[in-house]
Amino acid sequence: MLTFEGVSVTTDDGAELLRSVDVVVRHGAITVLAGPSGAGKSTLLRLGNRLMVPTSGRVRFHDVDVADLDPRELRRRVGMVFQRPVVFPGTVRDNLLVADPTATEDRLSEVLVSCSLGPAVLDRVADQLSGGEAQRACIARTLLTGPEVVLMDEPTSSLDPSSRRSVEHLARGLADDGLGVLWVTHDLVQAHRLGDELVVLVEGRNADDDETAAYLAGEDDEEAG
Amino acid sequence: MSETSIGWAGLAASLVLVAIAVAVSGWQRLRLSRSILWACARAAAQLALVGVALRLVLDPGAPVAWAFVWVAVMVVFSGATIRNRAREVPGIFGLGTAAMLTVVVVSLAVILGFGMFPVEGRTIVPLAGMMIGNSMTASVLVGRRIVGELSDKRLEVEARLALGQPWPEAARPYVRSALRTALVPQVESTKAVGLVFLPGAMTGLVLAGTNAADAVTIQLAIMYLILGSVATSITVVGLGLTRRLFTADHRLRVLARPVR
Repeated sequence: MLTFEGVSVTTDDGAELLRSVDVVVRHGAITVLAGPSGAGKSTLLRLGNRLMVPTSGRVRFHDVDVADLDPRELRRRVGMVFQRPVVFPGTVRDNLLVADPTATEDRLSEVLVSCSLGPAVLDRVADQLSGGEAQRACIARTLLTGPEVVLMDEPTSSLDPSSRRSVEHLARGLADDGLGVLWVTHDLVQAHRLGDELVVLVEGRNADDDETAAYLAGEDDEEAG
Repeated sequence: MSETSIGWAGLAASLVLVAIAVAVSGWQRLRLSRSILWACARAAAQLALVGVALRLVLDPGAPVAWAFVWVAVMVVFSGATIRNRAREVPGIFGLGTAAMLTVVVVSLAVILGFGMFPVEGRTIVPLAGMMIGNSMTASVLVGRRIVGELSDKRLEVEARLALGQPWPEAARPYVRSALRTALVPQVESTKAVGLVFLPGAMTGLVLAGTNAADAVTIQLAIMYLILGSVATSITVVGLGLTRRLFTADHRLRVLARPVR
């Protein structure tokens, strides 16, 4: 559904963030993108909905190069959840309406319930939610655009264990509903627990079998937790 | 010595206050004496040079074209000054110069077009100077503020873009906040005029012997023109800059962190 084909990213000052990386995200599955900090995981994710563009290589969505798609339309079909919950000023309702200004109350309630939040949070000030609630509200906001793929950039790294399980459960539900999920983590335990498919990046490229084995054995992961 | 001329003796008398400033600096060990003296000497040299040049432009027999040439030079210099004060803002020289040009064209068109003042060097140069001076400060403020806001709130902006918002919509809350910040001082200053302070133009008119009613009318017209000029300049800089900070495919460019 969403494929990254030999994508490379080099910054203006010559730093190579990604080197010819291949990743496939399929319908109804969670693809976990793992690797040590600085391996280029977040950069790859940002290529998926064109918040960045590759220096070379292609990103395809339903076999169409994303460079040929209207980025606004692409971003509604390939949603993104950031590492830290990013809430906008105002209430949860205000936040949700940014994603879909025409959404009815029923639709807002429905999407909140699907993210284990009750309709009662609609009138709460978004930046007063707990970390877990805020992240689930952000996922609800993303789901309001009706995405087919959700890119999740370490979405549980700032959450407590209970909230972490809740967000993981939510991602599993999305995959079971047929969405493609690309989940970035450097938490090996979580990668094993959650991933239907696993891709390991090392130093901005796909890890080979030995490097993957070494990483999974925990040799390169200083921050796994 | 005319009624409005203070003469050399008057100028020398004003240095008594400079001496007080230097004395305070020495007494409190502020180490500002040299700066104060340098600032005074530099101001004297600059104004003397400007005075010589202005005599050529303001002479009643001089062609009005000289005044417009003077204004054109002011526009370019103001663009350079804006760039120097906001180096982290990309393309600010062009935007600032365009904003100052717009301000001058619009304000002089109103002033001269409606016959508020005669088309003479002695009206064109100082009026354009006042419009540019006030608009320049606001343009620096709005440029720096927009880069600061979009840099500080990058995650929020990208979260909005990631929801499919086009760049003008994603940037709007932050640009609106920057425009407000840049316009509020002028609005406040307009509200406080007469109660808290007498503006420079009115003070000058009163000192020059103009009656109070005429001084008030002229000052009011100038205040309104300045307010309009500031609003025009921050709009030009604000909208032009925001367009520059996003790509055609709705991505926020990498921004320099503002120097605080």
